[in-house]
Amino acid sequence: MDDATHNTNNPSMIRALLTGRRGRKGFDLADYLTYGFLLLGLFVMFAPVMWLVLSSFKSPSNLNEFPPTVLPETIESVVVEGYANPLPLFEVQMEDGETVILAQTRRVGLNAQMIDPDNVAAGPITVPVANAAPLRQVHFHIENYVNLLTAQGADLWRYVYNSLFITVVATVITLIMNSMAAFALSKYRFRGSNVALLSILATLMIPATVVLVPTYLIVAQLGLVGNLWGVILPTVATPTGVFLLRQYMLTIPDELIEAARMDHASEWRIFWRIILPLSSPALAVVAIFSILSRWNDFLLPLIVLNRREVFTLQLALNSYQSEFEVRYDLLLAMTTLTALPLALAFIFLQRYITSGIASTGIK
Amino acid sequence: MMRKGAIGGAAVAVITSPARAIEPLMYGIQRLIGIKKMPWVFLGPNLGAVLLFSLLPVFINVFYSMTGSDRLFPVDRPWVGGRNYETLFDCQSFLDPSTCSRDLFWRALWNTMVFVPIQVICMIGISLITAICLNRNIRGRGFFRGVFFFPVMLSPVVVALIWQWILQRNGVLNGILTSMGFDAVNWLVFPNTAFFWTVFITVWAHMGFFTIILLAGLQAIPRDVYEAAKMDSASHWRVFTRITLPLLRPMLLVVFILCVIRSVQTFDEIYVLTGGGPGSATMLLVQYIYETGFAAQPRNFGLAAAASLLLGAALLIFTMLQLYFSRKTNNG
Repeated sequence: MDDATHNTNNPSMIRALLTGRRGRKGFDLADYLTYGFLLLGLFVMFAPVMWLVLSSFKSPSNLNEFPPTVLPETIESVVVEGYANPLPLFEVQMEDGETVILAQTRRVGLNAQMIDPDNVAAGPITVPVANAAPLRQVHFHIENYVNLLTAQGADLWRYVYNSLFITVVATVITLIMNSMAAFALSKYRFRGSNVALLSILATLMIPATVVLVPTYLIVAQLGLVGNLWGVILPTVATPTGVFLLRQYMLTIPDELIEAARMDHASEWRIFWRIILPLSSPALAVVAIFSILSRWNDFLLPLIVLNRREVFTLQLALNSYQSEFEVRYDLLLAMTTLTALPLALAFIFLQRYITSGIASTGIK
Repeated sequence: MMRKGAIGGAAVAVITSPARAIEPLMYGIQRLIGIKKMPWVFLGPNLGAVLLFSLLPVFINVFYSMTGSDRLFPVDRPWVGGRNYETLFDCQSFLDPSTCSRDLFWRALWNTMVFVPIQVICMIGISLITAICLNRNIRGRGFFRGVFFFPVMLSPVVVALIWQWILQRNGVLNGILTSMGFDAVNWLVFPNTAFFWTVFITVWAHMGFFTIILLAGLQAIPRDVYEAAKMDSASHWRVFTRITLPLLRPMLLVVFILCVIRSVQTFDEIYVLTGGGPGSATMLLVQYIYETGFAAQPRNFGLAAAASLLLGAALLIFTMLQLYFSRKTNNG
């Protein structure tokens, strides 16, 4: 608190704090442009997401209002003796210029019947609608989430489970398979290793959409249409994962392996106990990429997962959106919930993700 | 414990227990086939998956594109030779999609050919400006880097729904416009505005990815080059065009190729946002392939395969040309 008051007393200090550049004083045109651009970017990037999250806390009637309110709001209401339902409160400007707060009992054309909640005995008052403004308060309406998780609950938890299952299982298999292949391609000299490496890297060049139809055929022939494994298996052998891990394993000294062989360790033991733990930074990057792309995957699940019971969150969201009568209250809450795990992961892993992408250049 | 590699460590921990059973098995295999053959055991699973799900499909795809009917299993499909390709190219005038037997294919092709250059230029331009801003010695650099990268994490469906919520008739954008005295606009009902928003939204969602790559490229440029330019009191613009751009060129090429390949493959966001509409104004090639092969009744796998092979071939030729020319100019 002391610091804050201290700073407000010294505008120059705030300015120095906000505008100063490390290492040198002064602030030229390029700096203004930079900060202007970045602040604009901050708004354009964050505001849409914030808007969605705020909207997901609005009641259905609040959602339908135009122009929309920034914060979730409700009309304040009061329970009045003699009326079954709570009555909405209005701020009414009376003819003598006085402003009073009244509860509306019913509305007839351009007039509304109001009652003074503190003085019910005084009887109803007729007020022109134009003179009454609803009394609003900020109210975060969590019923959207409650409805989503309970009434629609059985379905939603299934979609969450399906998405989680695909993400976790595919990522674990990807990590094991990719690191095994990377181990073979980095620590052994054998005939055909170059051909194997090339054929794995060649798949980088093949856009997934180009092989969509035959991939579906193979999945169908394996009997995996409408099965979560039908989405997992085609995606596990990622060429970037092998490449990244191989480059990392090349930096691990071969002497370690030779020493282990002297101690009669089996090849698998060398891989599992020595190489894999030492590769954990690279494994982390591969794991993040795998989790990101599996959780967000859409086209392959759209084709393979053709029954509602095996829908992922993304597919369920899409089907909610295209249904005839859109329930925006549920849709917005579900969108927020779908984005939430990655938003949380992002906060913790931001450093890894950004540096990981910069070092590989490919998602 | 958030040290380096903690996530990889956690994943290793999850799979440790089945691994105990694998160890004796793998040792047995090693005794059986000898140490020389062990790399193939390690390579096996991954190579098998690659062959089955990446390389084999390419060849099956060629076969598919030469066969007809809506049967999935290749044996059931009658050979039609090049007829699928002929059907796609059956046009009275290639400039007018409505004269083609498959007018949707040509509309999707034209849309893609307009969408890709516009999207790539916007994407690289904005990513480059952002990367240059983030490369300056400013406060909160890590925070801003996160801000621009954040949408990359969001799934395409979520991205599309966020913007649909903003752009709808009673949405916040129209709320702002009407409060400023303008008329509300049905953004996704008119072909031109819908097309604009598909470009805007795909750039919004993916620019962070390219910004990070370009930022890594910028940081690899040695400081002393800039110091020298400062000694010669070169202007900002001159420093940018004579130092930054030339030294960033290799990285820009990578970003450019990646960006084009991804742009051509755009599907999810637009499919959820507009469904290709209004009409077919925002339908791109990938959606055409999906709808022909999977959503249409009867499913036309042959036509979808032919269209996807054309798409793949175009991408391959583009990448080759780009690499060829860049090598030529670099050497010359």
